[in-house]
Amino acid sequence: MKVAVLRFPGTNCEFDTQYAFEKLGHTTELVWHEKESLPANIDLVVVPGGFSYGDYLRSGSIARFSPVMKAVQTYANEGGKVLGICNGFQILTEAGLLPGALKRNNDLHFISKHQNLCVINNDNAFLNQCSKGEILNIPIAHADGNYYIDEEGFKDIEANGQILLRYSDEKGNPVVVNGSVTSIAGVCNKAKNVFGLMPHPERALEALLGSADGVRMLKGFEA
Amino acid sequence: MTAVVNVFLKEGVLDPQGKASHHALDSLGFEGVSDVRIGKQIIIKLDTENKAEAEAEVKEMCETLLANTVIEDYTIEIN
Repeated sequence: MKVAVLRFPGTNCEFDTQYAFEKLGHTTELVWHEKESLPANIDLVVVPGGFSYGDYLRSGSIARFSPVMKAVQTYANEGGKVLGICNGFQILTEAGLLPGALKRNNDLHFISKHQNLCVINNDNAFLNQCSKGEILNIPIAHADGNYYIDEEGFKDIEANGQILLRYSDEKGNPVVVNGSVTSIAGVCNKAKNVFGLMPHPERALEALLGSADGVRMLKGFEA
Repeated sequence: MTAVVNVFLKEGVLDPQGKASHHALDSLGFEGVSDVRIGKQIIIKLDTENKAEAEAEVKEMCETLLANTVIEDYTIEIN
């Protein structure tokens, strides 16, 4: 698999993301935000975490207008797979590639810890190696992860199986972490080729370092 | 001309900063505060002297970049 990893001024998870996919045996290529096209023959675009443009105005709001994001829009509209992690999730919602928006955490804190997630839907190109209801232990690190969607939008994403993950306890019961609507931690678009989540699967590759559950998530794209 | 844009979270969308500040005001003994909402003000200097033109342009700026209309409302004042 060939993975394009985008890089904006302020991105800081690009190397972790490259490391993760290369550890799984894939090739990666960093793509600077000023590029107007994506590398040829790629299988996946990852918009990694960080603080693009210093989170000025709103997280992700300026990065979404970068030249490379026009190429990502086209790639996604043609069915190409795109994964946004943390700031990448914020960029994809700002770009309108994913429904909803990410607000400041309810308690205004930057939350950085390992968190249990419950897999809500796995019939997609991302979580197909995970089971429905499975609990994954994945680090989170964000200040603006409070997922908001209006009632009508929520009904749509729920009915279409677009809710990927919820923050949960070890039994899978939803828990309030940052104020997200129904504890949502990740969603996909209607066509199920664009994915976004606040947790960092690329930081959960080794049991020795707390969890290897991220491997199963990222491996989904191999199928 | 100068455009003053105010951006606030929509009614019904919880404003965590407003809520925290409201709580702080209560703790400091300020009574009778029923709600606090925090937004941002963006001041834009424009070359045009045509008010209608300025308003239309700033509206487009708001819809495109300055507000995220999924969660935010905005007001425009042209001076």
